[in-house]
Amino acid sequence: MPPVFGVLFDGVAYGMLLFLMSVGLSVTLGMMNFVNLAHCSFAMLGGYVTITLMNAMGWPFLATLPIAFIAAAAASVVLERVFFRRFYNASELDQCLLTIGIVFVSIATAAYIYGTDQQPLQLPTYLHGSFNYRLFLIVVAVVITVALVLGLEATRFGAQVRAAVNNQRMARGLGINVDGLFAITFALGSGLAGLGGALAIAMLGLDPSFAFTYLIYVLIVVSVGGLGSIAGSFAAAMLLGVSDMAGKYYVPAFGSFLIYLVMLLLLIWRPTGIFGRR
Amino acid sequence: MTTETFAGPQDFFQAQLRWHWIEIAFWLAMLLPFVLTPNYLVLASQIAITALFVLSLDLILGFSGIVSLGHAAYFGVGSYTVGLVSKWGWGEPLTGLLLGGIAAGLFGYLTSFIIARFRHLALIMITLGIGLLLVEAANSASWLTGGFDGLQGIHTWRIFNTFRFDLYGYTAYGYSLAVLFVVFLVARRLIHSPFGLALRGIRENGQRMPAIGAATGQHIRTIYTIAAIIAGIAGATLAETTETVSLESLGFQRSADVLVMLILGGTGRLYGGLLGAIVYMVARDQFSGLNPQYWYFWIGLLLIAVVVLLPNGILGGLTLLARRLKVAS
Repeated sequence: MPPVFGVLFDGVAYGMLLFLMSVGLSVTLGMMNFVNLAHCSFAMLGGYVTITLMNAMGWPFLATLPIAFIAAAAASVVLERVFFRRFYNASELDQCLLTIGIVFVSIATAAYIYGTDQQPLQLPTYLHGSFNYRLFLIVVAVVITVALVLGLEATRFGAQVRAAVNNQRMARGLGINVDGLFAITFALGSGLAGLGGALAIAMLGLDPSFAFTYLIYVLIVVSVGGLGSIAGSFAAAMLLGVSDMAGKYYVPAFGSFLIYLVMLLLLIWRPTGIFGRR
Repeated sequence: MTTETFAGPQDFFQAQLRWHWIEIAFWLAMLLPFVLTPNYLVLASQIAITALFVLSLDLILGFSGIVSLGHAAYFGVGSYTVGLVSKWGWGEPLTGLLLGGIAAGLFGYLTSFIIARFRHLALIMITLGIGLLLVEAANSASWLTGGFDGLQGIHTWRIFNTFRFDLYGYTAYGYSLAVLFVVFLVARRLIHSPFGLALRGIRENGQRMPAIGAATGQHIRTIYTIAAIIAGIAGATLAETTETVSLESLGFQRSADVLVMLILGGTGRLYGGLLGAIVYMVARDQFSGLNPQYWYFWIGLLLIAVVVLLPNGILGGLTLLARRLKVAS
């Protein structure tokens, strides 16, 4: 039986990945009520960008990470301008159908270009060993979380985002350009997902079904954490990461039973999420 | 909306229940596969079963506003019930349907007490969670369900001791279509009743309905149980016609597929779900025949095109077009 510390460490690292991949969705869903089921497709895109740059062009791993962020953010801006913005007032069901269609297209495109196999990734030597890599993940995620919290709490842009999440109509009434704000937030959130996808390859693997497999986990984090709440997403991602790892180490016979049960009980206890208000 | 006047509430319901010629034409057209595409009867039978499943989701999503991402749970309970009963030596199809429906209905009734208390994102995630929990439970209990390999040794007897389930799907399609039609009649009657009207009220405004004295929670529990029974019957039909049951019948993929089909066809219209099932399943069959690996791409494009061109699904979009044409002429 592995030591408690190891399981906890694994779980926290896994939780950090989940947090990076879901925080963007939480904020955009909280702000515009736009149901973007294609969020994990951006994470997948980030992953494939890193793979391509490393394996085909020989870039170092760390240098590919900013590119993964930028590529996912750029792709999301194009999609937002072309498709999503027309559907902010459409029914949630139409939004679901549109974004599920995008997920299907992204999965097929990834399978067409890269095949359906798991992608090989050669990490640099200083990240070898599971301890080093997990420590690296945790450090990166903590730095980003601190930057996010500071950006939201201490800047003018952050104040506008918080106002728009809190009451979109009121924010518009005060002259805040909510549409522009949303486009930027959407790009940032998708970029973070892309970064999360790139970081996830070494721990979770990468194949075309990634966009679907981790969608469930991301949705769990968003709903348990509460819409639009960064602290909530963080807490939910940690809880999910640790309980999933603990469940798989100590009671492998039950598989993922434990995290689903935890989610159900939490949602029954607090339907709007741990830190949610609505 | 059309502004017809009715002498009283009875007249209103009578008018709603009257059969339109398009409806009769639709059901007659469902018989065409026997003549036109006899090589595709197995697919046609799958479509009829899926249409029944979509119809059950339409009752809760389209008419009562309960979005579910775990509806396959009830489908799977129906499938496994029939599979197990058949494995233990009773393969009579009609009683099988009954047992599948009862088992799924019981599970639906129990879970409906949780369902009725929540709305919005929490509701979606709770239905998803119930579905995922059931998959994990079925996977763990492999002594009962066969786990990942599926249930082995199912055999369905002849219907009325006469019609054998053949390899070409003649019996399977006839049987599935008959089940679909009978359940459809029940659903149609249900929707055009005062109870159906109350459900639509809950969908439109869940806060105002209790204020005018409607027993909202009670209504939601009732329709959720009915939908679960229908989903169970659909699952039972699939298990009987294919003589296999696997974890796939419970899974997230099936729940998501059925939701996509319903939205694709148009929610809250009875025929929307049927149309969605036909379009989606035929498109998937054709695309995967063209290109077995990348059919996802074309299905994805189809979904995007429908959302962009025909809001509220195919049937919703067509109704809008028809109305515009009528105004123009």
